[in-house]
Amino acid sequence: MQVYDMPDERGHFGPYGGVFVAETLIEALEELRVMYERYRHDPEFLAEFAYDLKHFVGRPSPIYYAQRLSEKIGGARIYFKREDLNHTGAHKVNNTVGQALLAKRMGKPRVIAETGAGQHGVATATIAARLGLECVVYMGSEDVKRQAPNVYRMKLLGATVIPVESGSKTLKDALNEAMRDWVTNVADTFYIIGTVAGPHPYPMMVRDFQSVIGIEAKQQMQEMIGRQPDAVIACVGGGSNAMGIFYPYIDEESVKLIGVEAAGYGIETGKHAAPLTANSPVGVLHGNRTYLMQDKNGQIVETHSVSAGLDYPGVGPEHAWLKDIHRAEYVAVTDDEAMNAFHTMCRTEGIIPALESSHAIAYAMKLAATMSPEKVLLVNLSGRGDKDINTVARLSGIEL
Amino acid sequence: MSRIQSTFAALAQQKKKALIPYITAGDPHPKHTVNLMHALVDSGANMLELGIPFSDPMADGPVIQRASERALAHHVGLVDVLQMVRTFREKDTMTPVILMGYANPVEAMGIENFADQAKAAGVDGVLTVDYPPEECGEFVALLKSRELDPIFLLSPTTEPSRIDTIVRQASGFVYYVSLKGVTGSQNLDIAQVTERLQGIRSKTSLPIGVGFGVRDAETARQVAEIADAIVVGSRMVQEIENSSEQELLGNLAALTSELRAAIDSN
Repeated sequence: MQVYDMPDERGHFGPYGGVFVAETLIEALEELRVMYERYRHDPEFLAEFAYDLKHFVGRPSPIYYAQRLSEKIGGARIYFKREDLNHTGAHKVNNTVGQALLAKRMGKPRVIAETGAGQHGVATATIAARLGLECVVYMGSEDVKRQAPNVYRMKLLGATVIPVESGSKTLKDALNEAMRDWVTNVADTFYIIGTVAGPHPYPMMVRDFQSVIGIEAKQQMQEMIGRQPDAVIACVGGGSNAMGIFYPYIDEESVKLIGVEAAGYGIETGKHAAPLTANSPVGVLHGNRTYLMQDKNGQIVETHSVSAGLDYPGVGPEHAWLKDIHRAEYVAVTDDEAMNAFHTMCRTEGIIPALESSHAIAYAMKLAATMSPEKVLLVNLSGRGDKDINTVARLSGIEL
Repeated sequence: MSRIQSTFAALAQQKKKALIPYITAGDPHPKHTVNLMHALVDSGANMLELGIPFSDPMADGPVIQRASERALAHHVGLVDVLQMVRTFREKDTMTPVILMGYANPVEAMGIENFADQAKAAGVDGVLTVDYPPEECGEFVALLKSRELDPIFLLSPTTEPSRIDTIVRQASGFVYYVSLKGVTGSQNLDIAQVTERLQGIRSKTSLPIGVGFGVRDAETARQVAEIADAIVVGSRMVQEIENSSEQELLGNLAALTSELRAAIDSN
């Protein structure tokens, strides 16, 4: 029996979330809200979604016991939910499949997306190709340079990638630009947002599509060890993989939920991407109210993380709410700690994790060391790290 | 009667339409803004829309976004914008000033503090682009209790029932966005705008301003036939962008005069 019941009908999670957009977008969001309400419990739609998750994405993703890593640390046992084994290599595709199927039901032949590291762009281009939808991806021109392989992947999949030259030329600017496209082409275009942020219904809808992660994990943990973990740990940028695994656990009060943000060079340096951990002021950006990294004038500040997927000044409004009600705890690990976890994971378990996921692993390693071997940690391994090898090599002083 | 209302009333008596140019405060440099405001009024503007610079102006096109970036390069914040209005009021107590911006800088100042400061500075209306009426009840009440007019957008896609909701909250005038898109997009479709404005007029006696697609004098003239106010934003900002510091005031005054003449030629 689900007790937790958020958001309210206008998308509020307590004081967070909502619909903060110009009037020009209101009707498009209303259409989306109505259509999502129609289909979110529709057996035929859900069956279609489940079919693609199984046969196209390769779900369910397994749970894996990291025995060598656990023994090396000598504390709590660490289990991984293997979202890295999904088609396209990350959890992002769960959501793009859901939204693209909805786009099809709504008769929209064109989908657009914003992307930072490129994972959400690739996941969108992938499902667009599968469903025969036109696909346009907005990407900051800085990210286009940093993530050349993903740009080419999207092009191979038939998508048009548009470099965004405005602002800081990164994810938040790509999001601004995608919104502008949507407001101009709303009649035939569906905007596939990649994280649990944006105006209602996006935070709820993306959470729902991603919650397959937690639903599977609950069943798999029961089968594997006969109980649920003591804590579930996931990295948080916008926060979609974390919401996906947290959501089905919210009513399981014995399970701690821990979100790991990017501390970058360190919270105290100001060069990070950890609005929750740093207790940033609450503000309004990209259609929702949430904790937001900003200066005293309310301008959004540039963030820093070694991981492009966590490099975002805001955070999904449901995480802001879970922090305030103390249902989830938010911590941050630095670039260096994440890099260390990345290398340890490669050598100890034979898994190359995404730099985003490496943040969750780093915190799990720290926490496990303080706990006894009877305790169990479940970490969402949200993506694989093949996309990051150039970054890691560069930081190690190696030229590929 | 607010300064916006009395301005519309006076113009209606003279059978004239309001010209409302938009500039971003601090663009191209904060030292020019007050002079530009006076120059716009001297060359035919009836009200001024002053943009509050924001790092992420989602509803604006590239032209106005670049204006924000130029202002932010000089660290122009909301406090500075209000100071500019205060300075403008030293010489001009007649022309209404409408602040246009996004919610976050206003919330960073605190909505009540902002309402107090805006009133004290001599602001007349506030358009907060990403505050739809459902999300800003408290803010609207704070503005109205200080006799500041909350200005709301209506778009081509706004449903009739929603127009009712919006015009109930709005005062001063309502701002009709004449096209689907961001500021400074393609030219507007005058026939479509005419039809939509008839629908809006059946629901409110508030004056209607039209903007987001008025790119030249001829469009301004056409819009003046059907609207009560013509808002020109991206075209003004483009002129700022293309002018040297020496030419700035002259070019903006010339453009405003040209728009004024076109509007009055009907």
